[in-house]
Amino acid sequence: MPSRGLPYLLLMPAAIFLAVFFLYPFTLVAWEAFSGADGGLTLAHFATMAGNWKFSSALENTLLLAIAVVPIQTAMALAMAVLVTKIQRGRDVVLYIFTIPLGISDLAAGLIWFAIFDQTGFLNSALHTLGVVKEPVIWLGYQNRWVIFLAVMLAEIWRATAIMLVILVAGLGLIPKEYSEAAEVFGAGPWQRFRRVTLPLLRPSLQTALILRTILAFEVFAVVYALGGNNLPILMGQTFHWQFDLQDYHVAAALAMVILGISIGFTLVLLRVLRVPKGAGI
Amino acid sequence: MFSRRIAPLVMGVATVLAASVAQADVLFWSTQAKPIEETQAMRTNVLKGFDGKVDYQANDGGPWLTRLQAELKAGKGSIDVLGGLHGDFSTLPEGLTDLSALDLGGAKVNPGFMALGKLGTGEQKYIPWMQATYIMVANKKALPYLPAGADINALTYDQLIAWAKTLDEKTGGPKMGLPAGPKGLLHRFLQGYLYPSFTHSMVTKFESPEAVTAWTKLKELWTYTNPASTNYAFMQEPLLTGAVWVAFDHTARLADALNKKPDDFVAFPAPAGPDGRGFMPVIAGLAIPKTAPDMAKAKALIKYMLQPSTQVATLKATNFFPVIDVTLPADMPASVRASGAAIAKMSGAKDALPALLPMGLGQLGGQFNQVYIDSFQRIVLNGQPIKQVLSDEANTLRAIMKKADAPCWAPDAPSKGACPVE
Amino acid sequence: MTDTATIRQRGRRLTQAAVVLLCGWVLGPIYLLVLNAFSAPDAVTGFPKRWLPGFDLHSLRMFVEFQGVAEALWNSVLVATLTMILSIALGAPAGYALSRFDFRGKTAFRVLVLMTRAFPLPLLALPLAVMFIRVGLDDTPLGLALVHTTLALPFAVLITFSLFSGLPVELEEAAWTLGCNRAQAFRKVILPLVLPGIAASAIFAFVISWNEVFAASVLTVQHRTLTAFLLTSLDVSPLPLKFAGGFVLVLPALIFIFAVRKYLFAMWGIANR
Repeated sequence: MPSRGLPYLLLMPAAIFLAVFFLYPFTLVAWEAFSGADGGLTLAHFATMAGNWKFSSALENTLLLAIAVVPIQTAMALAMAVLVTKIQRGRDVVLYIFTIPLGISDLAAGLIWFAIFDQTGFLNSALHTLGVVKEPVIWLGYQNRWVIFLAVMLAEIWRATAIMLVILVAGLGLIPKEYSEAAEVFGAGPWQRFRRVTLPLLRPSLQTALILRTILAFEVFAVVYALGGNNLPILMGQTFHWQFDLQDYHVAAALAMVILGISIGFTLVLLRVLRVPKGAGI
Repeated sequence: MFSRRIAPLVMGVATVLAASVAQADVLFWSTQAKPIEETQAMRTNVLKGFDGKVDYQANDGGPWLTRLQAELKAGKGSIDVLGGLHGDFSTLPEGLTDLSALDLGGAKVNPGFMALGKLGTGEQKYIPWMQATYIMVANKKALPYLPAGADINALTYDQLIAWAKTLDEKTGGPKMGLPAGPKGLLHRFLQGYLYPSFTHSMVTKFESPEAVTAWTKLKELWTYTNPASTNYAFMQEPLLTGAVWVAFDHTARLADALNKKPDDFVAFPAPAGPDGRGFMPVIAGLAIPKTAPDMAKAKALIKYMLQPSTQVATLKATNFFPVIDVTLPADMPASVRASGAAIAKMSGAKDALPALLPMGLGQLGGQFNQVYIDSFQRIVLNGQPIKQVLSDEANTLRAIMKKADAPCWAPDAPSKGACPVE
Repeated sequence: MTDTATIRQRGRRLTQAAVVLLCGWVLGPIYLLVLNAFSAPDAVTGFPKRWLPGFDLHSLRMFVEFQGVAEALWNSVLVATLTMILSIALGAPAGYALSRFDFRGKTAFRVLVLMTRAFPLPLLALPLAVMFIRVGLDDTPLGLALVHTTLALPFAVLITFSLFSGLPVELEEAAWTLGCNRAQAFRKVILPLVLPGIAASAIFAFVISWNEVFAASVLTVQHRTLTAFLLTSLDVSPLPLKFAGGFVLVLPALIFIFAVRKYLFAMWGIANR
């Protein structure tokens, strides 16, 4: 292949753009996380952050939520993507329905799921009408943190699975049908065909979908806020709290650095585990 | 195909460029009257009488402050007038114009409030705009369960607890409600109601034995409180859905219930403790950032906002009461009539004990509130031992007061230097 | 033969059942949103809830008649469109480069792209706003679109990267041997095949921009987007208005996704059907 400069040329617009609109403000904020009152470097803000009594539970909840939600979403998105390609009639309608949650902001999703789990909400209405409960159950009370956690999980799975689905559907379209048919001729069952043919060929898209979804999972905020209030502290919520309520920009920046660190860490792992060879695949 | 796609883009860019030229409205950047109906009422009812077009924009605290700070930092802005709570302004006095010499057109603002507007400096940083306070509202269904001999307009904390207990036992679940959600204003209840009522103090006696009693009572009340309270920010909602029958909140955050079903609800004063009936006003103010593009128009708008007729219109729009002396016309919304009567009873009570908003804390106002919120979450929600939590949090509080070097405010006795935490 | 036929039939039924189930899972909560948006305030706060809408337009009308909604809607569309164009124009070439070449700094670039998504935007809003006010980008749709593009760019870069990676280099090389130059080969062979990826990137860019509140409220003043205009007030408005507002905000995004949905499928070539 010619022109060693070509890749840099292609990357340049995006790189310059990111340098101006991301790296520049990012550096300013990142500096806040490490700069002390005397202008020197310090880790005091990280100490303040970690010393706060809510930090460890925020970290724990954020990680747990990501670990609980992302694998389920991956499985569901894969299943939905394969299903969509299997149907003959009304395929685009089904795909459209599957992608509807994409258009729903996390604030609106929080609103909807709160309306379900609220004490006078739809879940209690259904249970009441069916005669299962006499008095409305308080689902989202502070004593049942696991119910809140479960509600957040459901809402997140509902809201954000489509993000992965769309990426996987776009990727599935590139896999030649002949491969699967050939495998069938050689007697491979549907599961085997999926495992041995589709999945490996889908690896680039799967990797992208997983990375993006995982990063977004660490930034979860509005849905948790709507369903759990302060009862389920999470990193993003704590960041906003330090920034806007307590107005300690140093600690807020430190928390943001933690979120960034976790995200990049997980990304590097995913990049390694699901490595995509150059010009890959077929 | 591409030219068809690009044509709208070019037009778009043209509008973008054109857009940055035309403008002139007075930009009113506010944290108040955020609910959509209130914003609408501000625009169409309150501000339409002003000589000139006003662009009223209500925001969350985060964007409000970020935008303001950016303008101050860039040294160039588009905000003309700021509207916010006392606490919103206390973080940035150096960015606000001195309004001491402002002509208010004869409006006489309550001098106590004017003093708050100095933000601990020698200048008038903001002009009081409107006031509110916290009261209680009950569903009339709850009245039969009042403890024997209790007067709803002169309740004590013990009677409130007994009432909540009976409700819990007789109606199939807890019916008391508190705004303990992330956007709720529970910290003001702790600072301005619970602490003064039991300790005659907000800061000094933070970890006193009387404070321990106060927290014990609150814990007891909480056992009969709807646990969904940790999600509530506006008590009008659970009151309307019937999840809560008795609630404490900001007058503006109860208004919807009183207006939608005026016959179902009663408003009444907050309860009293051994040291009196503690209560706290909320002050919203108007200020002008130093970067305001049109200083003269901005000042004219503030003057307009303090005219009696504007103040009455503001009350109708937001459920915040005037800061000047005005006689209210008869055609007030139900919420104003009900909460106005409750406030009058509360402030006129024999045992009334007014507390002031925190003063002179500057940027530490949020952290000051956090001490009370953390204490609540640790003691009441997580069940940690009261004494230990209070002594922990007292250390934080002490550090905040020292760092801010803020003298005591009512109901604490005036202090020389930083307000001590005993 | 009959055996495989029954297995096939059973498989098809299973597929249909799964599709119906999943559609229900997605549409159920949407229905509740629509139900509440179209119900009278009393029904929204009442208990037990009714399951059919009362077709009360009282709450919705509040939004339609809200002064400035039309203009805000136009601003939103404008910003979202600009974001879409910018993120694809910047992202697709980068995605192509990442998939086709090995070069120094490749991983660094990918991490940089992801960092923009992994760092909370509201913290960046202050320095960005200062910069925009100084250079005159403040309060313009273009300025806001630039910020939204930093959010959407990772999607565009990575999605196009994964699609280009899924395409055999041989395909491109075949086109070269048939007399196309690199650019022609790209446009005639590769582009049609990665259209689904570009459509997906477009959807993400549009939706991200459409739903973003914080930067929009800070960076636009006279030219607010619909979210900045409505959403900041939504979470403190009475319950019926929350739902009506939620519905109003969701609707345009759904229309947009509907319009581009068919591009999500590869149109021809090596793909299935």
